[in-house]
Amino acid sequence: MRPFTYSRAASVEEAAKTAATTPGARFIAGGTNLLDLMKLQIETPAHLIDVNHLGLDRIEPTAEGGLKIGALVRNTDLAADKTVRRDYAVLSRALLAGASGQLRNKATTGGNLLQRTRCPYFYDTRMPCNKRRPGSGCGALKGVSRSLAILGTSEACIAQHPSDMAVALRLLDAQVDTASADGSRRSIPIADFHLLPGDTPHIENALKPGELITSVTLPRPLGGTHVYRKVRDRASYAFALVSVAAVFAKDGQTRFAFGGIATKPWRTPAADAAASSGAAAVAEAALSDARPTVHNAFKQRLTARTLASLYRQKGA
Amino acid sequence: MKFDTPATTNPIDRGRVIGIPHDRIDGAAKVTGTAPYAYERHDAAPNAAYGWIVGSAIAKGRINAMDLRAAEAAPGVLGIVTHQNAGALGKGNMNTAPLLGGPQIEHYEQAVALVIADTLENARDAAQLVRIDYAVEQGRFDLAAERDRAVRPQDGFGGPADTQAGDFDAGFAKAAVKIDQRYTTPDQSHAMLEPHATTAAWNGDQLTLWTANQMIAWSVGEMAKTLQIPKENIRFVSPYIGGGFGAKLFLRADALLAALGARLAGRPVKVAIARPQIPNNTTHRPATIQRIRLGADKHGVIDAIAHEVWSGDLPGGGAETAAQQTRLLYRGANRLTTHRLAMLDLPEGNAMRAPGEAVGLLALEVAMDELAEACGIDPVELRIRNDVQYDPEAGPQRPFSSRKLVECLRQGAERFGWSHRNPKPGQVRDGRWLVGMGVASAFRNNLVMKSGARIGVDGKGHVIVETDMTDIGTGSYTIIAQTAAEMLGVPLEAVTVRLGDSRFPASAGSGGQWGANSATAGVYAAAMALRAKLAEKAGFPADQALFEDGLVRLGNQSQPIGTLAGGEGLWAEDSIDFGDLAERYAQATFGAHFCEVGVDIDTAEVRVRRMGGAFAAGRILNPKSARSQVIGAMTMGVGAALMEELSVDTRFGFFVNHDMAEYLVPVHADIPQQDVLFIDELDDKSSPMKAKGVGELGICGAGAAVANAIYNATGIRLRDYPLTIDKILAASVGDRSA
Ligand SMILES: Cc1cc2nc3c(=O)[nH]c(=O)nc-3n(C[C@H](O)[C@H](O)[C@H](O)COP(=O)(O)OP(=O)(O)OC[C@H]3O[C@@H](n4cnc5c(N)ncnc54)[C@H](O)[C@@H]3O)c2cc1C
Ligand code: SF4
Repeated sequence: MRPFTYSRAASVEEAAKTAATTPGARFIAGGTNLLDLMKLQIETPAHLIDVNHLGLDRIEPTAEGGLKIGALVRNTDLAADKTVRRDYAVLSRALLAGASGQLRNKATTGGNLLQRTRCPYFYDTRMPCNKRRPGSGCGALKGVSRSLAILGTSEACIAQHPSDMAVALRLLDAQVDTASADGSRRSIPIADFHLLPGDTPHIENALKPGELITSVTLPRPLGGTHVYRKVRDRASYAFALVSVAAVFAKDGQTRFAFGGIATKPWRTPAADAAASSGAAAVAEAALSDARPTVHNAFKQRLTARTLASLYRQKGA
Repeated sequence: MKFDTPATTNPIDRGRVIGIPHDRIDGAAKVTGTAPYAYERHDAAPNAAYGWIVGSAIAKGRINAMDLRAAEAAPGVLGIVTHQNAGALGKGNMNTAPLLGGPQIEHYEQAVALVIADTLENARDAAQLVRIDYAVEQGRFDLAAERDRAVRPQDGFGGPADTQAGDFDAGFAKAAVKIDQRYTTPDQSHAMLEPHATTAAWNGDQLTLWTANQMIAWSVGEMAKTLQIPKENIRFVSPYIGGGFGAKLFLRADALLAALGARLAGRPVKVAIARPQIPNNTTHRPATIQRIRLGADKHGVIDAIAHEVWSGDLPGGGAETAAQQTRLLYRGANRLTTHRLAMLDLPEGNAMRAPGEAVGLLALEVAMDELAEACGIDPVELRIRNDVQYDPEAGPQRPFSSRKLVECLRQGAERFGWSHRNPKPGQVRDGRWLVGMGVASAFRNNLVMKSGARIGVDGKGHVIVETDMTDIGTGSYTIIAQTAAEMLGVPLEAVTVRLGDSRFPASAGSGGQWGANSATAGVYAAAMALRAKLAEKAGFPADQALFEDGLVRLGNQSQPIGTLAGGEGLWAEDSIDFGDLAERYAQATFGAHFCEVGVDIDTAEVRVRRMGGAFAAGRILNPKSARSQVIGAMTMGVGAALMEELSVDTRFGFFVNHDMAEYLVPVHADIPQQDVLFIDELDDKSSPMKAKGVGELGICGAGAAVANAIYNATGIRLRDYPLTIDKILAASVGDRSA
């Protein structure tokens, strides 16, 4: 861990301004990802801006009939929220499938969206990794890649996005609300929030320097049956090999989002369109662009099986 | 005390304190945070500086140059130990590669420097500033690729590398039913909770190490050899250890570098091997390739049995003796076991909980399941038919000291409800789960080791035991206190136990499941000596005096032991020295594992639903701590079956998943109800305690029971551990059968 300075922001505006004007500044929320990465010097911020005291920890209904979730709402609180459990059950289930009780008590909505990959080569600073050290090569592509992505990959990087929560947010068409140093606010559709690795795997999202996530807004509830199915190598406390979030609704409104298999929380219109044709058709549509390695090719079959399980669960 | 004839009735047989499920006497200190661990010895070494290990970035090659300038200039840095300033170092017998590497590099993450600073953060930060220029050499990192170049290793702990009896080839050729299969097990990490950690301080030429070490006497010797100083100048103190599983049997880099660092810094230095460094810096259980051939008649009675094992290690290292149990577990006139060792440049392999058997049984007990199916015989019955009451390599002249495998199988099966198992695979459904049951025998050698202790009584009748025995979370404190209380006729509360200090008599230490039996036998020996002294003071013949209620009694005369000891107290010291009973009798522990799994019909996720085991391991000294040992070991067996694997990058030569987020071990949600039955047994040839080891028995066979249950659930036979989703899916056909 490099020595760093620390300040506690008094307002959203001040936080964004400090972040934009202080070299090497980063926000810290729950710290469950950032601090681990700092200890390994994968992240080396010179200054931390604590955003835990900005009042961004509320869950409120919106005028449009949706829900506004403060960026600092803890994963535990969000999963337990009555409205979320009733109207956005897939989000609650996805959250509870992630990490551990202790981590969820600390982890925040904003921090969870921005958590970094679990690619093991990213985690060892002696290994090549384009995401950690642009231009150094990708250690994983021809290495041990069992856990990594099969969709949205590039020659430069095949790292999976590890979040469960983000998969549900992707399914629900959430908006990521932000504040910038110049006082401007904007809402970024979640589909555009995470970026594909392409040639620049170190650039992971659409945030500009210093831009602070203030909340995540969900549109009106979709109704239907909400399912989140996460498949992993042990029963709990492990990242997904494959996860599928789904809302089964009437009138062709069924939709799917995928985790564990893609470089960002993943959706494909073709998969949704195939919903009425069953699990195999959905899998085929979702995976038509898959580019697996020898180690992670099983994720294709596992995705199909997870979908089959989802259909079975929904039917039951 | 020499133990060379079977034990007769002795004070332990009273069973007033021994054999009672007492809570651990160190439990309260542990759960209240008042038991100090090696890295927390602020009391003993205030003002300790912090050392951070720099590990090699390459697996094989040389250091061309080290540039320490930036690190030395970093805030708070007090000094940097490297091979250039460490002085001449020897190498211990038990570590294969030097614990401080350079200029030659022998494996990834081999320690090449220790950065010492005033705070942990400063040391860790400065460690990143050490610049090293390496010349990389091509290494060998792929066991399968090196297998054909493997050689016969030296005979080691597990006995000779190869054994044979009868004529295996001939026997196998004419067998009515044949099984011939290959199995693989991966490299595994101990993943104990407390990392390797040491606080070291010098006082003149006297070195004290507060450390986490299973084997005090071994490690004092290894340190003396490495630092090239007299043993007498070294003190190891290791009263509390947060798990070991074999990881802490030996001197490792934390201890050596803390000692070198403290010498350089001129003040105490503490070093913990950071979690992500542990899998590549320290030892691990080596991967194996195993071939098993079983030849039986159509009733499943084995006539020919062969187990061939390949593993790899650094040059000078040792083999994983995975065929050990196959020499003793089942009958058969024609036998063959071999071990071959390939040279690899991966981090060094060494003992992990039940070395040999833990992975050997993952193969053998699946092969037995395959034989049962081929013969159409129930797998419990098959094992019973192949029981043998003597060492089948040596013949009837070497009987087992005690062997209750059949009782374990029968009673275990009964308790588990084995009769409800459907022998046909893939038939039982429960919702989305395909359900199956599996069985495996448990076998682990019973090793015994010389062990010493001293024991004293003070004027108030309070008993104190001192031995360098260690408690790695196993319950040593408690069973030693129970032994002393039983022997001297005092309540458990009247005994204080002091462990893990090299100033105390050398003990067996904690390893190879020999600790409990050997160390309590050492305490027994010392207690017999003390009883003699007390009896003499009382004027009673030692062999007739009774020790109970804090008194020495003869007929209706009695005297309090405290009064006899007087203000000075009375001490005795002795050790137990084992004769040739272990040669004359085969000594081992036995058990049977039963497991029920569910396999998701779609996703192939495996969930263990129930586990049950029956075990025969001599006298159970404390059923509560013994049960804890066994269920912990069964849990580790589930890990070996389903998830544990250090993944090798064969290009760079290292274990890729080197932290606990990526090296998976079972969590609570993976482990269901575990039922443990101990079968009554006293083994009079094992020790005066009539006990045997139990700490490793529980892992032996547990994973195979899981594998066999998966087969029974799905009809999918997997032979490459761990049995992960991808492998089950690859083996499954059709879309609805897992
Ligand atoms: C052992 C372990 C297991 C885990 N398992 C899972 C799992 O199974 N599934 C899963 O989904 N997750 C898992 N996680 C990850 C966990 O969900 C994340 O660590 C957590 O959500 C991050 O939130 P945080 O508030 O702690 O973020 P922090 O660590 O505080 O921050 C993360 C990043 O987000 C930035 N940031 C934080 N808040 C804001 C904001 N408001 N605006 C802009 N930038 C911001 C920070 O600068 C930092 O770069 C696991 C983590 C661990 C350690
Ligand atoms: S997959 Fe991405 S994160 Fe992993 S090593 Fe390659 S570039 Fe780095």
